Amino acid sequence: MHVPDGFFDVPVSVGAGVFAAAGVAVCLRGAKRELDDRTAPMAGLVAAFIFAAQMLNFPVAAGTSGHLLGGALAAILVGPYTAVLCVAVVLLVQGFFFADGGLTALGVNITLMAIVTSVVGWAVFRLITRGAPRGRTALVAASFVAALVSVPTAALVFTGLFWLGGTAPIEVGSVAAAMGGVHLLIGLGEGFITALTVSSVLAVRPDLVYGARGMTRTLTLRTADGDVQVGPAAPEAPSAGTGLRGLRPVLVGGALVAVLLAGVVSFYASSAPDGLEKVAADKGLSAQEKPHTAEHGPLSGYSIKGVENQRLSGGLAGVAGVALTVVAGGGVFYLIRRRRRATDAMAPASAR
Amino acid sequence: MSGGHHHPIYRPADTPVHRLPPQCKLAAVVTFAVFVVATPRERLWAFAVDALLLAAVAAAARVPAGMIVRRMAIEVPFVLFALAIPLIGTGERVQVLGLSLSAPGLWAAWNILAKASLGVVASILLAATTEPRMMLLGAERLRLPRLLVQIATFMLRYLDVILDQMRRMRIARESRGFVARDLRQAPVLAKSAGALFIRSYERGERVHLAMLSRGYIGEMPTIRDISATGRDWAMAGVLPCLAAVTALLAWSTT
Amino acid sequence: MTSGSPSLTVSRLAYAYPDGTQALYGVDLTIERGERVALLGPNGAGKTTLVMHLNGILTAGHGTVEVAGLPVRADTLREIRRRVGLVFQDPDDQLFMPTVREDVAFGPANLGLRGAELDRRVRDALERVGMLDAIDRPPHHLSFGQRRRVAVATVLAMEPEILVLDEPSSNLDPASRRELAEILKSLDVTVLMVTHDLPYALELCERSLIMSEGVIAADGTTHALLADERLLAAHRLELPYGFAVPAQPG
Repeated sequence: MHVPDGFFDVPVSVGAGVFAAAGVAVCLRGAKRELDDRTAPMAGLVAAFIFAAQMLNFPVAAGTSGHLLGGALAAILVGPYTAVLCVAVVLLVQGFFFADGGLTALGVNITLMAIVTSVVGWAVFRLITRGAPRGRTALVAASFVAALVSVPTAALVFTGLFWLGGTAPIEVGSVAAAMGGVHLLIGLGEGFITALTVSSVLAVRPDLVYGARGMTRTLTLRTADGDVQVGPAAPEAPSAGTGLRGLRPVLVGGALVAVLLAGVVSFYASSAPDGLEKVAADKGLSAQEKPHTAEHGPLSGYSIKGVENQRLSGGLAGVAGVALTVVAGGGVFYLIRRRRRATDAMAPASAR
Repeated sequence: MSGGHHHPIYRPADTPVHRLPPQCKLAAVVTFAVFVVATPRERLWAFAVDALLLAAVAAAARVPAGMIVRRMAIEVPFVLFALAIPLIGTGERVQVLGLSLSAPGLWAAWNILAKASLGVVASILLAATTEPRMMLLGAERLRLPRLLVQIATFMLRYLDVILDQMRRMRIARESRGFVARDLRQAPVLAKSAGALFIRSYERGERVHLAMLSRGYIGEMPTIRDISATGRDWAMAGVLPCLAAVTALLAWSTT
Repeated sequence: MTSGSPSLTVSRLAYAYPDGTQALYGVDLTIERGERVALLGPNGAGKTTLVMHLNGILTAGHGTVEVAGLPVRADTLREIRRRVGLVFQDPDDQLFMPTVREDVAFGPANLGLRGAELDRRVRDALERVGMLDAIDRPPHHLSFGQRRRVAVATVLAMEPEILVLDEPSSNLDPASRRELAEILKSLDVTVLMVTHDLPYALELCERSLIMSEGVIAADGTTHALLADERLLAAHRLELPYGFAVPAQPG
């Protein structure tokens, strides 16, 4: 999925670069808050782990194999801020030291593979674990869904960027379908491996799993009257609060992405056709035959309108898809939450 | 991303290109790539000029062509994609060798192939002539956030250690008859990944302790610094400047 | 100034981990300047926990640690970490910088040294472990034994009062093991080495401490301790097969 140079036009490359830089800057501060002076060695080691884990190939379907992207996995294991940093560093190192992924496409690559996968993976994971009953099964299931969702979402964002500034004349709909389809399959593999990896870490060192913080076991006191279950020690209390606070950067980040995209989209919509590339494409081989004739006539009007409509419809489809996902996810979250409230209401009676 | 990509490309030698301060080379290559991407795709000659520029750099740096070509294999997946574009692309169709191809698709394929190849060769030349350690120092000089550079430094230091652990785990798996055929074998792979994560994380903690033990107080001391003279910058600037002129000429003849 | 104080004084040191597991139950020990002392004991005896207290990575739950008269406290940590040179068991944990030169320079640079003085320290330390030739190489290109020697150099460069080594002979081939022993003998510095390698302790250290269940269970000449089979057996220590403690202390 490492996008090379030349795949996106300059404005999109630069825009994604600015977005990626801002995202990384936010995460640098966030990670530093969490890890303090341990940030450099810890994130460095986790980045090396992600690099290695990306080399684990798993068979997707007959003949094709996918590899782990690792954004969601990293977010669940070390938290979203550190995860973005780690994957971003992996991409930077791959770009500069291994010539993998175009240098002008670094912004796009970091946005898609570091920011989108980690943030989406983390958001989904939090939404599910906040609603679901605590326990290893729920965490593992949440990891699966988080990783599964993160990959096709990145593919959708890719499609969005492609719609804005892709250099190939392919209908956005078919790009979305192809990317979405393939990445749904890859997402399944990603979800599977992520869930199993999280599960195996939970089995040995649950304290290392960032997403399992606050999942503290109840303690048993053996007293004269028999065993008494007590809640975990003090730090557990503000979990609801930290839950919201933990989610806030994600929500703010998501809103930022939406605003940014909306801004860019409207800019593009208003500034006429981003033209040149597209026009040149439509001009096709005829331009080669008569290089310098100022024949701009034929490709005004209709064809550009066609492009515009096509783009618009593609864009609308994309937006609708995202909206649908959000609504569906929100619905599931709401249902789980309601059920949990119900069980919570019953539980304390026996606990206290 | 199957194995083999994790060996850095650096080839030690003593050429003017190797001797250039890394920050100059980094800036030059990134700017070069931007100008290449900004060049209109119909101007075939412009890409030929860019390719010649890179060939000149490769010759000056004594990087063998065979090595560059081998390393270019990294873009194969996208080459395949690029080749598919004329088949699935929209717009006017043309007949080529009996195939009905999309004309804009052909242009798009050319655009991606040309720009991606130039970009990848520029990156290969950068990586081949710049010691990894120097690259990091250069990035720091270019005001990349220090923390980010430090993370990358630790990552590169421990990459081999962790890949080595992974290799040993694979040998242990395979020596007990394990073969990854399909998704049913994923649990085993995932267990290895989980173990690898725990080892990496714990090593991170131990490294942090080792740093504390030697007086680390949250700031990495700057031990090596590299400065660049105006002449260095001028020399490194030749490549992006010529690419810029090429791109401008290409645009003005549109 | 502190010339009269022992290199290391630990008194009544007790510590429990945050999860409640108590590891140290009142450790008392004194190491005089210039001594080479081995700290022996089975796994889980609390050796590593004790070592972590010596340079303030862990802070005492009860009791005190003094290094050349300076107590280990939050406000003395900087100086304490200069005085106590900790060599970790896995040299890969210790050598975290991209080149040997930068790694050896890391400690003294944190102390504020720069330029020629820093360079002198680095060369000096590498010279003492015979690794000056490797100064510009990345650590992962060195053999395991070489890495351990460089790890010793990284702390020597801080000119410590006391060198604390965790399992210095583990994973070394016989030649590297002997070379390291010669290096350690040549150093003019107080040494505390934690080890399971009893012959190594006998070769290098006049005096040994046996740690067991969070306290110092025995303190005496290495020769006497190793000759006491019942003492060793009581603390899960064993001499290698075929090894006999020489009749005369060496």
